[in-house]
Amino acid sequence: MSASGDGPSVLAEALTKKFGDFTAVDHLDLRIEKGQVVGFLGPNGAGKSTTIRMLCGLLLPTSGQASVAGFDVGREPEAVREHIGYMSQKFSLYGDLTVQENLRFFGGIYRVRKAEFAERMRFAISMAGLEGRQNALVNTLAGGWKQRLALGCAILHRPPVLFLDEPTSGVEPEARRQFWDLIHDLAAEHVTILVSTHYMDEAEYCNQVALIDRGKLIALGTPSELRGHRLSGRLYELRCSPLGGALKALTGVPGVVEASIFGDRLHVVLADSGPAESDIQRLLGEHGIEADLPRRIVPSLEDVFVQLVSRGEEHRVTS
Amino acid sequence: MNLRRLLAMAIKEALQVWRDPRSLAVALLMPVMQMAILGYGVSLDIKHVPLCVYNQENSQQSRAVVDRFVSSGWFSVSHVITRYSGIRRAMDRGECIAAIVIPVNFSRTLAATGSAPVQAIFDATDVNTTNIALGYAQGVVAQADADITAQWDAAHDVQPSLVGQVQLDPTVWFNETLDSRYFIIPGVVAVILALVGAQLTSLTISREWERGTMEQLISTPISALEVMLGKLIPYFLIGLFDAAFCLAAAIFWFGVPFRGDLATLFVTTALFNLVVLGIGYLISVRIRSQLGASQIALMVTMLPTTLLSGYTFPIDQMPAPIQALTYIVYPRYYVTILRGIFLKGSGLSDLAGPMIGLSLYAAGIIWLAARAFRKRL
Repeated sequence: MSASGDGPSVLAEALTKKFGDFTAVDHLDLRIEKGQVVGFLGPNGAGKSTTIRMLCGLLLPTSGQASVAGFDVGREPEAVREHIGYMSQKFSLYGDLTVQENLRFFGGIYRVRKAEFAERMRFAISMAGLEGRQNALVNTLAGGWKQRLALGCAILHRPPVLFLDEPTSGVEPEARRQFWDLIHDLAAEHVTILVSTHYMDEAEYCNQVALIDRGKLIALGTPSELRGHRLSGRLYELRCSPLGGALKALTGVPGVVEASIFGDRLHVVLADSGPAESDIQRLLGEHGIEADLPRRIVPSLEDVFVQLVSRGEEHRVTS
Repeated sequence: MNLRRLLAMAIKEALQVWRDPRSLAVALLMPVMQMAILGYGVSLDIKHVPLCVYNQENSQQSRAVVDRFVSSGWFSVSHVITRYSGIRRAMDRGECIAAIVIPVNFSRTLAATGSAPVQAIFDATDVNTTNIALGYAQGVVAQADADITAQWDAAHDVQPSLVGQVQLDPTVWFNETLDSRYFIIPGVVAVILALVGAQLTSLTISREWERGTMEQLISTPISALEVMLGKLIPYFLIGLFDAAFCLAAAIFWFGVPFRGDLATLFVTTALFNLVVLGIGYLISVRIRSQLGASQIALMVTMLPTTLLSGYTFPIDQMPAPIQALTYIVYPRYYVTILRGIFLKGSGLSDLAGPMIGLSLYAAGIIWLAARAFRKRL
């Protein structure tokens, strides 16, 4: 069996994982084409890591199936592992080994061709920005370097598919941005990348975004698709005080689809045929809440996500 | 099975042992310490039993009896007293284990009748020691008795009677000086190898789980068998190194006679090593914390090797059910083999029984260990 050249890099059908009574991943369907950078978004405990672990063959699915690079994760886990690179959520290189020793170890495990090995190692070291620190123990490196080195180890063998489980969590913003540059460099070489994150802003870097909540895939599309089509209604931002009181006042008002707090502001989605901006301001004023005139804004993915998640909740409540 | 992966794993594991002070101490320091403590500390011979002497007569002849006790080497006089109560006091304080009392008319009775009583008193709180000391005392007195009888017979011109002239002429084989150290030290080597080997490998898988490196490792195409063999290679070499050290110390430092051949020693030691490493690895796969794994490894190696291997407690003297139990205790075979090689010069063919036992054990353990590790979270 060989990896299919034209098929999707990752294909999951009704993928389900239960831990006892708890369903961590619930009939998840996912299709990722070659060379795509797919952002896997969702709150903590949504099932992102469990899904990735199933796709890497680390966990057996309870039901459903998945294939990666054309290999079935349940039946051919070793073939899957030959074709993937994986970075787990927790840093998992050997801290008591040096940079070079870690690279040599993974190079040996992945059987990187001898002729290519020196060049791959140089590449990984320069990519991680660790020139001159080859002999430093990994434990002594700071977070950003550790993450980039882990990425370097995961791609030594040029895997066509890469799974990165929250690679940027706990890494400072500058290092996060650098990390995303690396991801795009890899994507330019046609590597398929599934990267999970709970930073909404990172989703903007992805070709496709998969939103997952409570084990269910609730949306899949490009960032602009999700922003444009998914939001039912017009999005407004307004400054008001107090925020909590405003939220309460707007809940249940006809024509107000959604209201939620974003930092020090309120985001309100109004139905297309709903109240005007001035109506909202007046309504809040009647409740003794000082408010500016709502300003129409382009929805961010976070807005979409909030609406999708709350819609899912309603759905679950009514069903 | 891929040699490159095996090698990558072995090198990584060796580096980790090298940088882990605790593993290094277990690998290099523990054998030295154990060899010193067990080699010197454990001896079943009792020498210089403290003796309390109450010589009521204090004649030349009575002093000769006391001298016999001292010159035997088994006793040394700790107290010379002049009152009976002194014996009780010395024993209460634990200053003597045995006491002899020579009566006031000892030499006169001896001259008149050709025999005279000597009283010996023992502190039997430690039955084992007392039994041995009692044996020594009987030996000393029997020898004195024989000499005195011969003298008396000669002096009284009595033809020695033929009755009682059949003498036992003992020849002791294999441990000619009856030094219990020769018997114990090969067992000590087995104890050390079992302890060190299982301790080291008990950490190897649990360390990966504890440090979170396992998740990365099992996401790679390395097979479970490659993980096991790769990890065991460095520990196997450490085990052989420790074995060489312990065996050399046994021969050159403790002077245990070595009469067998090195090839037999090497083959059997390698087999034993496989068993203990396999047991440690098996524990490590099952128990995901290093502390727990090392505790259990200590238990399953320490208890059977010290109690049931026959290393100090002779298997022949155990009750039948316990004797049967020793057959499933792997160090039993190695202790038997080591004693055979060291003291008897036994070769592979002489040791076929325990060799088969040990080989079956090694095969079984490695089979279980190879199946135990699953590349799943």
